[in-house]
Amino acid sequence: MKRKSFFASLLYSPKVAPYLFVLPFVVTFLLFFLYPVVSAFIMSFQKIQPGQVEFVGLTNYKRLLNPHFYTAIWNNTRYTFWTLLILIPIPIILAVFLNSEKLIGRNFFRAALFMPILTSVVVAGIVFRLIFADPPISPANVLLATFGLPPKRWLADVNVAMFLLVLLATWRWTGVNIVYFLSGLQNIPKELYEAAEIDGAGPISKFLYITLPLLKPVIIYVLTISIYGGYAMFTETYVFWGTNSPKDAGLTIVTYLYREAFQKGDFGFGAAIGIVLAAIVLIINTIQLKYFGLFKKGEV
Amino acid sequence: MKKFLSLILIFSILTMIILPGCGMKDSTQNAEQEGSNGNKGPTELTLWTFVGLHGNLYEDAVNRWNKTHPDRPIKLKVTTYPYQEMHDKLAMALQTGVGAPDIADVEIGRFPQYLEGTPQLADLTDLVESDRDKFIQSRLEIYSKEGKLYGMPTHGGAVMAFYNKEILDEAGVDPSKIVTWDDFVEAGKLVKAKTGKPMVAIGRTAFWDFSTMIGQQGSDVFNENDTVILDNDRNVRALQFLHDMIYKYQIAVIPPGGQPDTEEAYGWINEGNVASVIMPFWFMGRFVSYMPDLKGKILVAPVPVWKDGNIYPTVGLGGTGTVVPLQGKHVDLAKEFLYFAKGTPEANIEIWNVLGFDPPRWDVWEQLANDPGDNEYTQYFVNGKDIFKILLSSTEGNVFSLRSNKWVPTANSLLATQVLYEVLETNEATPEQALKKAADELRREIETGE
Repeated sequence: MKRKSFFASLLYSPKVAPYLFVLPFVVTFLLFFLYPVVSAFIMSFQKIQPGQVEFVGLTNYKRLLNPHFYTAIWNNTRYTFWTLLILIPIPIILAVFLNSEKLIGRNFFRAALFMPILTSVVVAGIVFRLIFADPPISPANVLLATFGLPPKRWLADVNVAMFLLVLLATWRWTGVNIVYFLSGLQNIPKELYEAAEIDGAGPISKFLYITLPLLKPVIIYVLTISIYGGYAMFTETYVFWGTNSPKDAGLTIVTYLYREAFQKGDFGFGAAIGIVLAAIVLIINTIQLKYFGLFKKGEV
Repeated sequence: MKKFLSLILIFSILTMIILPGCGMKDSTQNAEQEGSNGNKGPTELTLWTFVGLHGNLYEDAVNRWNKTHPDRPIKLKVTTYPYQEMHDKLAMALQTGVGAPDIADVEIGRFPQYLEGTPQLADLTDLVESDRDKFIQSRLEIYSKEGKLYGMPTHGGAVMAFYNKEILDEAGVDPSKIVTWDDFVEAGKLVKAKTGKPMVAIGRTAFWDFSTMIGQQGSDVFNENDTVILDNDRNVRALQFLHDMIYKYQIAVIPPGGQPDTEEAYGWINEGNVASVIMPFWFMGRFVSYMPDLKGKILVAPVPVWKDGNIYPTVGLGGTGTVVPLQGKHVDLAKEFLYFAKGTPEANIEIWNVLGFDPPRWDVWEQLANDPGDNEYTQYFVNGKDIFKILLSSTEGNVFSLRSNKWVPTANSLLATQVLYEVLETNEATPEQALKKAADELRREIETGE
């Protein structure tokens, strides 16, 4: 009896209990996040081969100054630019429509726009790859044929690469962003809109001066994760071209990392790539957050 | 009551998540205890491969082993993973020292990676010591490092020409008259004129033709000192020839999918869209499995050679070296079984029967030339019974293999995505320019990488 109450008092004590509750998260964080990050940081200064680990200082980082890596960064930057341009304004507008009770078939549209998220990116990528396959019977080439155009070797065309990636991303991620914005919209009190109507505001004014400013926290959140997602993009390009895209048109930072670390076994170099990627995203996100923090009234 | 029920629920969920992990560990421990007890039960060996078909060979071998070695039975557990996954898993296992199988298939393109540093693989040199000269020498060299053999070859991979006899007959071309590449071009012009179809499908994302043409001249990407020779005259000549076949004579195309060994290409070839492919021996398996409409229409022939400057009759491409990781619990048994499954003459006959590959031991080619047996491969090809006669007479085991080192994957990547793309696909660079650019980049990378 005495033991039980001692234990119970320990568990329930205000001092100890919080730490116990946080413990699972802390352990997971240390094991699966902090340790690997520190480990990767150390690895980036080493040359790692089976049975041999050698300290090489900044060699791996110096090797990053090559055209392939620059191409990868440029590809990621362009990809992030396009996905931000398309995957923030359009989902906002769609969310506004889906939020209005006057829309016929509202639930159907919500389901239809949301379903792509439930697919695995790999499966979606494979299907897109088949849609844009070389033979004349592929759906994309059939579409070209209806306009009287000859079939096209889509995946071999350097200029089409970014279009394909952004297309896949748009199909897949629009629904997620709509959900974010929808939940943001539903937190805006209706009274504000009614008050605005009384003051004579039309739909566009209501959108610009009520909806957008009050959506700002959500927009900033979506912007932050989109920037991270854009720079860390891998799966979409991998299912289209693997690691060998024509003239590196589909090469992203993580694809480059995968190729060097796993296909060529150069883990030290891969670690360096990873650290640089983390640094890039950190810097851009910090700039972006500071920028939005300074402005009270923000427009995207 | 509610609290109690929710506690039970949480507990059972936790158990369901944790137990399977515990369960698996137990079963492998049990198997190991069994094995080490010797005659108590069969020793379990795990084998990884990336081609399901290879598994058939090993399963066939383990049945024969158990009949001839009843004192040391083996229970073989074959797992087939997708190509990338298997190689990445193996690399991780060798790097970390945990989790590797007893035996693993490694594809030639990824093999150099596992030889880096101190190879964590068993030395197999003693296995082939007694009849080393009966193997195609280059096939042993590509899986070796500093004179030690680390991988058992699976096949010769000899490149042959596969002609669609129907199309050639329509054009009035006699394939036995095609001896040199110039003959090939002349035949191609006839085929184009009479049937409108291209003579050959050239690979861009995987370059069997390019590799064959440079190997025949005794050239390569690297020379024997591992210096980059990618931009030498013989390679430029080969690439120029491929370029001209597409753009000057217009008798060649890049197939759908980028090269003949893709699903898109199988369908296209099957529909009779091209008169020939120049592919390694193992492509026969693809014909049999994926191109049923061409049964009885495909003729196997020696690959054309260069009129001047030709040193080797053909090149061996592709390949799987089977390795024995040192961290396995039964390294000696695994080595013995591996030799039994791939190194003996009987095993090499099975490589033909089960896999349809040209065995790496060319001393059995003569036997197969006289009697190739009657399997799906002899039945599929027009001259199915003569395949080994042709292989033996045209090569006599003299099959060249391109050098394999840790920079080859980088070189291959550059070739597929840049050189061949710019020269063959978009025609925006001359072979000389493209090869020089790639060679310079390779040299730079090697300099900074070392």
